[in-house]
Amino acid sequence: MHPIYQILSRASKRNSVKPGEFIVVNVDLAEVNDLYLQVLLSFKEMGGDRVWNPKKITFVMDHYAPAPTIRAAENQRKMREFASEQGIYNFFDINRGVCHQVMPEAGLIWPGMVLVATDSHTTTHGAFGAFSTGIGATDMAAVLLTGKIWFKVPEIIKINIQGRIGKGVMAKDIILHIISQLGTDIALYKAIEFDGETVKEMSLDERLVLCNMSVEMGAKATYIRPDEKVREYLIDVNSGKYKEYKMMKFADDENSKDYESVYDFDISNLEPQIALPHRVDNVVPVSQAKGKPIQQALIGTCTGGRMNDIKIAAQILKDKKISPSVRLLIVPASHKILQKCIELGYIQTLLNAGAALVTPSCGPCLGAHEGVLSSGESCISSSSRNFPGRMGSKEAKIFLSSPATAAASSIKGVITDPREFL
Amino acid sequence: MFKPIIGGKVFKVGHDIDTDQIYPGRYLYLTLPNEIAVHAMEDIISDFSKKIAGEDWIIVAGKNFGCGSSREHAPRALLCAGVKAIVAESFGRIFYRNAINVGLPVVKCLDIIKKTHQGNLIKINLQDGLITLYNPDREISFEKYPAQLLSILKSGGLISYMKKYRKYSHLIGKLDN
Repeated sequence: MHPIYQILSRASKRNSVKPGEFIVVNVDLAEVNDLYLQVLLSFKEMGGDRVWNPKKITFVMDHYAPAPTIRAAENQRKMREFASEQGIYNFFDINRGVCHQVMPEAGLIWPGMVLVATDSHTTTHGAFGAFSTGIGATDMAAVLLTGKIWFKVPEIIKINIQGRIGKGVMAKDIILHIISQLGTDIALYKAIEFDGETVKEMSLDERLVLCNMSVEMGAKATYIRPDEKVREYLIDVNSGKYKEYKMMKFADDENSKDYESVYDFDISNLEPQIALPHRVDNVVPVSQAKGKPIQQALIGTCTGGRMNDIKIAAQILKDKKISPSVRLLIVPASHKILQKCIELGYIQTLLNAGAALVTPSCGPCLGAHEGVLSSGESCISSSSRNFPGRMGSKEAKIFLSSPATAAASSIKGVITDPREFL
Repeated sequence: MFKPIIGGKVFKVGHDIDTDQIYPGRYLYLTLPNEIAVHAMEDIISDFSKKIAGEDWIIVAGKNFGCGSSREHAPRALLCAGVKAIVAESFGRIFYRNAINVGLPVVKCLDIIKKTHQGNLIKINLQDGLITLYNPDREISFEKYPAQLLSILKSGGLISYMKKYRKYSHLIGKLDN
């Protein structure tokens, strides 16, 4: 049985599960973000008084960090009060970063767990071997009440990635290429497993990008078999949970019958990729998008604001200046990443180049604040979505790229191949 | 409350209508039904909520309706604006769950977009899994709701369901037997 089915069997107290079955699973961790006061409203409307288990609930104030409007501030205050009343001590306020980085750093994510969060990019944590998925506010209210959620057991798509990653090519380029080939609905109601030599050689930071962007193919959850890199990370942040995972004795059995379909990609000759407006699967090699003017470059968020991402941006921008026609925003995924980047001198390098530093958070990715776009503007971004109006005006254009391509483009003021600077 | 048969006029939209287009991110701090309703679809159809006021409308969409963000505001805004149901070739999975949870019927039906025009009258029978089209009169079938989802929808959404049962095991246990 595939590890995803083993996780769902354990969580639903069954011996086995099959695709298409309806199951009710016990949730190991439920995360609520600051966008959805509706979670608390629905909880109260359901007649909720006490949450099922305050230790298994976490709040992260990341989408409106810090609060841009009075209403957002009121919502955050109500969440702080709720968490305090309920004894929910894993409350990460506006100074901590994006939930998908903050939770792993806090040792809350472990292989074999079931995580639900009120954010679609919750697919990210498949990179640690967790079953993790995004849910809406009222679903979450029922989780807070009962500790359970219903799932339809998903079919699994396997994506094998082979080949050596070329210079200036990042995980973001690989996943944009895959999305362009498979489409935005290939994995609707399904889970994706990533495997292959390239994935095994990737750092955890890079694997997180693959899993994070999988929701743009419709994926319900993702999975990468936990290896030595996950073990090392986990021992660092939560060694107890690693032991627990080992105790579960997940059988590592390879059974092709578990897969609804298998896709193979060889990325040996892949160029950096760009998703043109307004679709994530509208992807071309950077050579075909080169020279398009941009007014803003965004490096950051839960997709492209990890150590690896800021490091390469600093490498490209070292002793350079951004174009006077460009605003470069750096949004580290977490406070910890920001601190480490300060220690290593990356932030100084980026500030010297002319970057503006934004509070570790979701930043302008969802068009709420901290760098929204005006009509007629173009932005190159290491974030996840280029839908119309996503980052502000619906008359603005968003080009999705790797952090390296966004950094190189900020120097020239037009979309630029990062290999020119590496 | 739950109506097994829903009639209304077709409001057509395309493929891959994401939740940012259904409900822009800049209004996510709002929670009241009337303030949410006015922003439904505002970036792609100006005055959508005014346009559909006073009549029963059913959104007919292509594939992947409601892809993207997990925001429950998206189906809530459509529901509060007065949309009676959505028929699409496929749905973003979080949107699909959210719609049922807020009591907005969502129906998966292939080729529906090719078979209907803006303003056509259609009738959906949720219990039997049938959509009726007129002039010429014909019926298209769709995969009926699993009992679990129908039960949530019949309660008027997950809030009323949980208010009544307080747990899921009630439902699943009964089906297992």
